[in-house]
Amino acid sequence: MAGYIVRRILQAVPVFLGTTFLIYFMVFAMPGDPIIALFGDKTPNPAVVAQLRERYHLDQPFIVQYFIFLGGIFRGDLGVSFSGQPVAEILAKTFPVTLRLAALAIFFEMVAGITVGLISGLRKGKLFDSSALLVSLVLISLPIFVIAFVFQLVFGVQLGWFRTTVGFGAPIQDLIMPALVLATISFAQISRLTRSSVIDTSGQDFVRTAASKGLSRRRIVPVHILRNSLIPVVTYLAVDFGTLMVGATITEGIFNVPGVGRTLYQAIIRGEGPTVVSFVTVMVLIYLVVNILVDLFYAVLDPRIRYAK
Amino acid sequence: MRTRRIGVAAIALAAAGALALSGCSTGGGSGEATSSASSAIITTNGSEPQNPLIPTNTNETGGGKVTDSIFAGLVYYDAKGKPVNDMAESIKTDDAQNYTIKIKSGEKFTNGEPVTADSFVKAWNYGAALDNAQLNSYFFEGIKGFSYDENVAELPGLKVVDKTTFTVELSQPESDFPLRLGYTAFMPLPEAAFKDLKAFGENPIGNGPYKLASKGAWEHNVKISLVKNKDYKGGRTPKNGGLDIIFYASQDASYADLQGGNLDVVDQIPESALGTYQKDFPDHSVNQASAIFQSFTIPARLPHFGGEEGNLRRQAISEAINRSEITDKIFSGTRTPAHDFTSPVIDGYSEDLKGSDVLKYNESNAKKLWAQADAISPWSGTFQIAYNADGGHQGWVDAVTNNIKNVLGIDASGAPFPTFKQVRDQITNRTIQTAFRTGWQADYPALYNFLGPIYGTGAGSNDGDYSNPDVDKLLKEGLAETDTAAANKKFQDAQVILFKDLPAIPLWYSTVNGAWGDQVQNVQFGWNSVPLYYNITKAE
Repeated sequence: MAGYIVRRILQAVPVFLGTTFLIYFMVFAMPGDPIIALFGDKTPNPAVVAQLRERYHLDQPFIVQYFIFLGGIFRGDLGVSFSGQPVAEILAKTFPVTLRLAALAIFFEMVAGITVGLISGLRKGKLFDSSALLVSLVLISLPIFVIAFVFQLVFGVQLGWFRTTVGFGAPIQDLIMPALVLATISFAQISRLTRSSVIDTSGQDFVRTAASKGLSRRRIVPVHILRNSLIPVVTYLAVDFGTLMVGATITEGIFNVPGVGRTLYQAIIRGEGPTVVSFVTVMVLIYLVVNILVDLFYAVLDPRIRYAK
Repeated sequence: MRTRRIGVAAIALAAAGALALSGCSTGGGSGEATSSASSAIITTNGSEPQNPLIPTNTNETGGGKVTDSIFAGLVYYDAKGKPVNDMAESIKTDDAQNYTIKIKSGEKFTNGEPVTADSFVKAWNYGAALDNAQLNSYFFEGIKGFSYDENVAELPGLKVVDKTTFTVELSQPESDFPLRLGYTAFMPLPEAAFKDLKAFGENPIGNGPYKLASKGAWEHNVKISLVKNKDYKGGRTPKNGGLDIIFYASQDASYADLQGGNLDVVDQIPESALGTYQKDFPDHSVNQASAIFQSFTIPARLPHFGGEEGNLRRQAISEAINRSEITDKIFSGTRTPAHDFTSPVIDGYSEDLKGSDVLKYNESNAKKLWAQADAISPWSGTFQIAYNADGGHQGWVDAVTNNIKNVLGIDASGAPFPTFKQVRDQITNRTIQTAFRTGWQADYPALYNFLGPIYGTGAGSNDGDYSNPDVDKLLKEGLAETDTAAANKKFQDAQVILFKDLPAIPLWYSTVNGAWGDQVQNVQFGWNSVPLYYNITKAE
């Protein structure tokens, strides 16, 4: 087990280096000069521009800039944003907010998705199953920002159930609406996935054996069917983490959540290379960690899965 | 509208609570109503300042809103854009080149330091020095000794006479210099700032109507909390207890918060609500002219746009554009068709300058002018206007190019660039091979600010490389006039020439669009589109 974990972590190193290099390259290749953009519609004096370029190492060739950045990371220095704040500090402030949002969204989509999926799977072809299919189709086909704006208008402005945007300190009650919006993207997928997995598992021999042993349905459904149906769902959740991060960029903008997504979006618009790269780097790290954790979690769900020595 | 009322009720409740609290702490002093009104915190929209809060390095609205509130310069601008002495006792000159500036005595920064002549001179020297690479350094260009080639630590043009007096010598007469002094770049800095400017930019110490509520009041990406500065005694003394500027990434979010009753005042209306906000907030909204001029520029270096032929073609294109239809249909009346090269909120603006007919839609004359140009050299190719697709410009560019296509019978289209940076890059490097969108937001309320920096030969923002000695001469003469009316006359004469050459084709002026909730009163927007926060009162 320990060997497996060490191996997985070592595998993550080249992935980490490769992705940061790619991200750095893409940010570098973004056309347009961020320094000139700082001046808006006004044309700056070349001498001032040259000074600023030097300050942010923008006058160096790409590969030199990359190594300066990489060196900084290993010293724990993620650079400084244009507004003079250490990027590490921005990360420390914004990540907890987004994690809370993502956790809440995952909670909603799991509870709703697995419940709906389970019921649909157990009552295949019945009214509930068909209506769930219809709802998930609608949700899948709606872009997230449409759902977000509708929620904001209806539940925020018109009904006044929730605060229209997220208040200071991002309290949980304010995050409920954005989390619900975020959850809708994956709710549909999870419920469909659970449904087909439940149908599949229900037809397995061990379920029939359990039933003929005289076990109650109350025991068969959660222990025998649901537990064995969850493996694909859990795998999906890991992948879904990336989707959530993407969705967070849009949702956080609409609900003004001071999290990673909104900050990243702003940094991209302003062409703040160091901020963008550091944020995405941390996202990559989280993604890697979550994937390792999910792989380890398989064993809990299915004891037959063993990790190679 | 049930919810709005609930929101208001909640705020009233909170305010009542605050009233009770303040009543307790002051021991039930006299004038309950006034004390409660002046303790209310106004909330408004803003955006995360892009740079540390150092006045000479703040050139965008997000940071400007904060620095203008926490600093007080020599003058401030009233709602009409007229400069009013703030820290200055007097600003005197005989020749528009040498100025003697006296500061009121007894003014203090919030750390107790007195505001002296040194506070201004040191701050300006810092802003001007090349090594400091301040974004606003160009504001000090006119002061004697300023240089882009070498670092000048102390400008020879700035001299401290005594504790409250200093003199400014410019390298040439500039009569609108006093008008500039209300701009962010000219704010004073306390001695404490120079010990550690980085830390200062995070927790600035000012002398303005407001101050930071506490150390760390700038919560990055979330908000900045300002409270009334009791030591400030100037004309901008706040009628409220403070100002919370909440940072939004999108205008839709701030508008939703205004509708939800979570925000008092917004100075930006999202495009999606432009058609409806005046109905949503009757008597609580503005749509008034602002100091923003929009145009597009056809550089003379493009084929067919040089010399006499170029001028004819520019005039033809200008007369082919139906400005009033576009401002109505595309902008729902939130733009006003242009009549000159400046803005209606600026002293000296005139709607009927000679030659301004070229900005009127005139189909037959446009055709005629185009034909005359064709006689010089026949037209070929496509006429394109470059714009950044991230700024909501596609609608009007398509409309304008359609106008040109239909009236002149030539191929015309927009040339979108994905981002503002990209198009700006090509414009600055002069590699762009099409016409391009241009615009100007005034830094200070003066006609010259709309003309000199853009159409003067070799000027900083002369993106079309326009040069006309007659215009240069009139601009220079205008600057040398110490009488504003006489100076404005020269600037108007310069515009008469600009109407012939059309170095930029004026399109329209932006209006400021804002709205506020029932809970606040006395909301007024200044000449620079920012609400006069200090005047706002909040009801209980």
